[in-house]
Amino acid sequence: MSQDIRACFRVERGDFRLEIDLRLPGHGITALFGNSGSGKTTCLRAMAGLERAPGGLFAIDGEVWQDESRGIFVPTHRRALGYVFQEASLFPHLSVRRNMEFGLRRAAAAKQGFDLVAVAELLGIGGLLDRLPASLSGGERQRVAIARALLAAPRLLLMDEPLAALDLKRKQEILPYLERLHDELSIPVIYVSHSPDEVARLADHLVLLDEGRVVASGSLAETLARTDLPPAFADAAGVVLETIVSGEEADHLSQLDFAGGCIHVSRRAEAPGSRLRCRIHARDVSLALERPRASSILNILPATVTAVAATDTPGHVLVQMLVEQTPLLARITERSRRELGIVPGQPVWAQIKAVALLA
Amino acid sequence: MESADLGAVWLTLKLASVVTVLLLLIGTPIAWWLARTHSRLKGAVGAVVALPLVLPPTVIGFYLLVALGPNGPGGRLTEALGLGILPFTFPGLVIASVFYSLPFMVQPVQNAFEAIGERPLEVAATLRAGPWDRFWSVAVPLARPGFLSGAILGFAHTVGEFGVVLMIGGNIPDKTRVVSVQIYDHVEALEYAQAHWLAGGMLVFSFLVLLTLYSLNPRLGRTGL
Repeated sequence: MSQDIRACFRVERGDFRLEIDLRLPGHGITALFGNSGSGKTTCLRAMAGLERAPGGLFAIDGEVWQDESRGIFVPTHRRALGYVFQEASLFPHLSVRRNMEFGLRRAAAAKQGFDLVAVAELLGIGGLLDRLPASLSGGERQRVAIARALLAAPRLLLMDEPLAALDLKRKQEILPYLERLHDELSIPVIYVSHSPDEVARLADHLVLLDEGRVVASGSLAETLARTDLPPAFADAAGVVLETIVSGEEADHLSQLDFAGGCIHVSRRAEAPGSRLRCRIHARDVSLALERPRASSILNILPATVTAVAATDTPGHVLVQMLVEQTPLLARITERSRRELGIVPGQPVWAQIKAVALLA
Repeated sequence: MESADLGAVWLTLKLASVVTVLLLLIGTPIAWWLARTHSRLKGAVGAVVALPLVLPPTVIGFYLLVALGPNGPGGRLTEALGLGILPFTFPGLVIASVFYSLPFMVQPVQNAFEAIGERPLEVAATLRAGPWDRFWSVAVPLARPGFLSGAILGFAHTVGEFGVVLMIGGNIPDKTRVVSVQIYDHVEALEYAQAHWLAGGMLVFSFLVLLTLYSLNPRLGRTGL
């Protein structure tokens, strides 16, 4: 498919090696997830042309930005991309408006992108245009940096841990704007992160990197439900459910529907029909062979076991199951697994102790 | 004040102004290269630029005199170009002063370029600015305090030079006799009153220039001066 993003880089620097060959969707948010030192940022910089990976290949939507086998390397300033760095890196000598115009003016010749006022509105910075970067809060600066990148009319938006330098409160301030970007823009975004929560909340596609290698690449839901991920990722094992707020409300609870079932959570303010992501950690799911009759647990779903895998903790296993077509993970002890006789194909009841709502 | 003194003052200001402009033109690319290069020549070039900081001015003046004289390579070049022989002329003085004051321009500007770091230039590249554009729209504005320091230091250092001027310029009224040389002449002749006028004038002038620029830009204090 020509709509895809193709990235193939091999970088060697001292002890560090990055060796990736990726095909990514040309829409939605792709998260590059991994620990520090896993090569996420190097990978992103290579995509932007800020670092030249010898022998590298990068193409988006059929447009080749780098193909060393044919001697092609388009310098960064000729690539239609937007890049948001970990620190906002606004130009301190320019006002917010002039920062935003920096890329806008230079991109105008190539292709008209967005309108400054509309983008300022989208990111909630309309009131800051005449201020200098030094007078902004960290969260405001990062929103200006995102706006500035968007105004350069990118075909690809690269974000390098844009929230990592911010405290929790600032993160909470920016996340809704990132979700709006996701919903309102058609540009593919590659988002580097080491925060499972951010990834679960924002990503559509997930690439797991470990020590410079791609461990897994696939849709968020499928990848998170895998049981064969290395221990570095198994700690936070759990699935993400895409749900829709249904009209059903009683006892101050909201019903969230997903493919194959529904769950109940504390009453949500979102209107019926709204999409809501929630995350169910494997450690918050327990299993029973018969439907428990006397239990305070609200969400009990029928499921079929599809796989059982060892975890990095001795005596614990990860059980993968399907609720209709929706995968779910449970982390239980090996003793429980043996006593209940849980094997692939076995029907079980999954008791969900907690649901983390990602909004 | 005698007309000879006024002539010396005028000549000094003219020399310092011309030299400052040339220093900006010559020093900026050198500072940029030194700030950004990973070349092994960086150390050698940096050392050559910094030589006037440690060498006695007479040594620089002596070598320039030899080089620009009729038998030196510089002298042959200027003659071939139809410019004549430069020692003991105003252009000769300008060339010598540019060499002599170069480190005072290059070092603050180089420090300022280095302080900017890679990031703002990378940001500019991701916003479609080419190398030349990045230099003018990001590096130069962000290095402004360095340019101000460099220009002040270059100007002030040229106003204050003595040894190099004497070696290569001699002491020709209205051509090469600058204020510092004129003061020396007055003192030699025991004309202390005239020497006081010029020396005091230099002191007040230098103080006012520095004071004005420091008040305009308090950040200057952190960038090399």
